[in-house]
Amino acid sequence: MSATRPLHLAAEIGGPPRYDAASHTALARLAEQGALDFVTLNDSFARPGPDALAVLARVAPATTRIGLVPTVTTTHTEPFHVSSAVATLDWVSGGRAGWHADVSTTEAEARLFGRRGAAPADALWQEAGEAADVASRLWDSWEDDAEIRDVSTGRFIDRDKLHYVDFEGSTFSVRGPAIVPRPPQGRPVTVIDGTSGPARKAAARYADVVYVRATSPEQASALRDDVRGLAAAHGRDPDTLRVLVALTVDLGDAETAPEPGLESGPQLAGRGTYFRGGPVDLAELVTQWHRGGAVDGFHLTPLAPERDLERIVNGTVALLQHRSLFRTFHPGGTLREHLGLTRPANRYALARTSGGTA
Amino acid sequence: MTKQMHLAAHFPGVNSTTVWADPRSRSQIDFASFEQLARTAERGKFDFFFLAEGLRLREHNGLIHDLDVVGRPESLTVLNALAAVTDRLGLAATVNATFNEPYELARRLATLDHLSEGRAAWNVVTSSDAFTGENFRRGGYLDRSDRYTRAAEFVATARELWDSWTPDGTSRPFAHSGQHFQVSGEFTVPRSPQGHPVVIQAGDSGEGREFAASAADVIFTRHGTLEAGRIFYADVKARLAKYGRQPDDLKIMPGVTVVIGDTDAEAQQNAAEIRRLQVSPQNAILALEQVWGRDLSSYDPDGPLPDIDPDPGSRLSQGRAGLADPLVRAAEWRALSAAKGLSIRQTVIETTTRQSFIGSPQTVAAELETFVSTGAADGFILVPHLTPGGLDPFVDRVVPLLQERGAFRSEYAGSTLRSHLGLAEPVWKG
Ligand SMILES: Cc1cc2nc3c(=O)[nH]c(=O)nc-3n(C[C@H](O)[C@H](O)[C@H](O)COP(=O)(O)O)c2cc1C
Repeated sequence: MSATRPLHLAAEIGGPPRYDAASHTALARLAEQGALDFVTLNDSFARPGPDALAVLARVAPATTRIGLVPTVTTTHTEPFHVSSAVATLDWVSGGRAGWHADVSTTEAEARLFGRRGAAPADALWQEAGEAADVASRLWDSWEDDAEIRDVSTGRFIDRDKLHYVDFEGSTFSVRGPAIVPRPPQGRPVTVIDGTSGPARKAAARYADVVYVRATSPEQASALRDDVRGLAAAHGRDPDTLRVLVALTVDLGDAETAPEPGLESGPQLAGRGTYFRGGPVDLAELVTQWHRGGAVDGFHLTPLAPERDLERIVNGTVALLQHRSLFRTFHPGGTLREHLGLTRPANRYALARTSGGTA
Repeated sequence: MTKQMHLAAHFPGVNSTTVWADPRSRSQIDFASFEQLARTAERGKFDFFFLAEGLRLREHNGLIHDLDVVGRPESLTVLNALAAVTDRLGLAATVNATFNEPYELARRLATLDHLSEGRAAWNVVTSSDAFTGENFRRGGYLDRSDRYTRAAEFVATARELWDSWTPDGTSRPFAHSGQHFQVSGEFTVPRSPQGHPVVIQAGDSGEGREFAASAADVIFTRHGTLEAGRIFYADVKARLAKYGRQPDDLKIMPGVTVVIGDTDAEAQQNAAEIRRLQVSPQNAILALEQVWGRDLSSYDPDGPLPDIDPDPGSRLSQGRAGLADPLVRAAEWRALSAAKGLSIRQTVIETTTRQSFIGSPQTVAAELETFVSTGAADGFILVPHLTPGGLDPFVDRVVPLLQERGAFRSEYAGSTLRSHLGLAEPVWKG
């Protein structure tokens, strides 16, 4: 069963800060040609760069299939605005949106807002989890068939199908309902990097896609099991999660042999794992790890996107496709379809029709 | 030489101006609707495309209001996507200054300005309303008197952030310490093509006008009749001198509705039909309840106005920009109803939804020109009643006449919104 699990691939398109539309669009289109599940664009208030969600909204009409996953931070932002913006990205992309929820840990970031000081990671991830939770509730706060346009009664919506979320978090509360109707995917895809402990807890509870960092297939497999176990403990079906190994890749020396020791896997470098070698070597690594059932896929961060993404798509991905390990086109239209995740049922509709509570 | 006017396209709103029951009415949320209206506006060489905002769904009598269009996308995200399918059209987002923070919003606006190559605008609105606050960290409430001090400091802070990079691309640390914001650090976005995105203000009180005179590039106003427009125009333009600004530095653009027909008579008929569609029987009772502040659901929309008086202290309607004094309003309605023998629905149709410009294309073009040449407006924000095709008749039939008269551009001269509006580049204050 594990050997036939579909392979999922995603790539980061950020790098040195760029503020124009064309460079981002070109990279997203390249990833789309490679039939990747999604591209990500990193974002932080702590270093130069444009607003990532805005950039991917700008990219959306210039692409047709590729999933679009900006980093959106939850520490100094408004959960209500975050949920509206991600839902809108889903609308403008026709169901291709996700968001990578992240936190802002530094005093420097806190001073940009002047509302509160820096806080420990535990508290920030607790809040990030709540932000993801309230976003998912707000996306459900309109039932899919709430808009009725009933001329005979003059009603545009059936207000019984709109719901207050009445969310009370540890640092914020939200009344709802959303101002944006339920987006095409029902709930856009939530991605969390589960490398750190507090983040992994939030990821297991609220994310659809979780990144882990590993230097061997065994370690990746153990991390995947850990995340799935935590998810099950929260009452989730672990098969609704996709665990991707996050890898920084440097394909700069494409023609040279991989460095000694890399055959067995990428080397650990700082917080992340770092792969250096050629596109074919990367394809070997992906093949081995995936065949062994250790992972659902990979999130690749090219060291130099303009150079490395081209090599990933035309080298690594082409080879994986040749080996029938990766799709050659996107059979579905939405990011959830690429990931093999079903469109979630609406919790409020379920509660209303079953008489239970949401 | 004829003074050129400015034109903007307002995406139809979540109020009874928008007729959703018309078979031609399409989605208020699909991107295709936004794209179509934006492309129409660009075909008409409009200055900008405009999105309103509401951060809480409207309620009436404690229930979500269900008679008008409900649900909108988040403005800045849609505008970034529209930047991909338009080239010259300005892109204006309404964003609340009470429920946002300067660093994040300045960054989002600067990003839109970069991604659109100089077409971003921000309509600064304020809110003091605890009802809306229930969706935000700040919670409830900002004192009414603080709304505009916060908005003014917000805009000033945003401009400090936009100025924090030198024009040649070096980031410099910023520090702002004021009554509402104490922020410092480095901005993550270089100076954008317009230097500062265009700032629009919509608000009518003395404080609102003063804020606009001190800080805005454009005012979006409700004063859309010739007389009220002239008074408003003179009032606001006279406030500019004390801020060292010239009359042309602030453009006054009323929000207006236009109905066209082959003849003036046909246009009047079309206008009456649209008003009838805007005021469904249910909407007539609702409009009545909004003035009266009482539950009047048992009244017959085709019957007479209620005998009981309005409740002036009522909180029946939530999430709407303020209405005039209900007692005065009710007295006017009663007088009208008595004089013309009108039912509730007919009274509402008569009073609340009269379109600003009704006539043949020639008539409308001439009237628009009169507004601009006689100091009632610098341009107009057109609010169509149909999504997304409602602007087509204006663009196809009125714009060419305005162009012939030399009252509106035939081609975009520049590429930025500032250049369309004839606004100077902001001076960099490093
Ligand atoms: C023409 C016009 C359009 C407005 N559009 C919006 C809007 O889209 N969203 C919003 O929250 N407020 C909107 N407002 C409300 C204003 O921001 C402001 O809160 C309101 O006018 C009260 O302020 P005032 O006392 O200065 O008039 C609008 C006001 C006017 C006059």
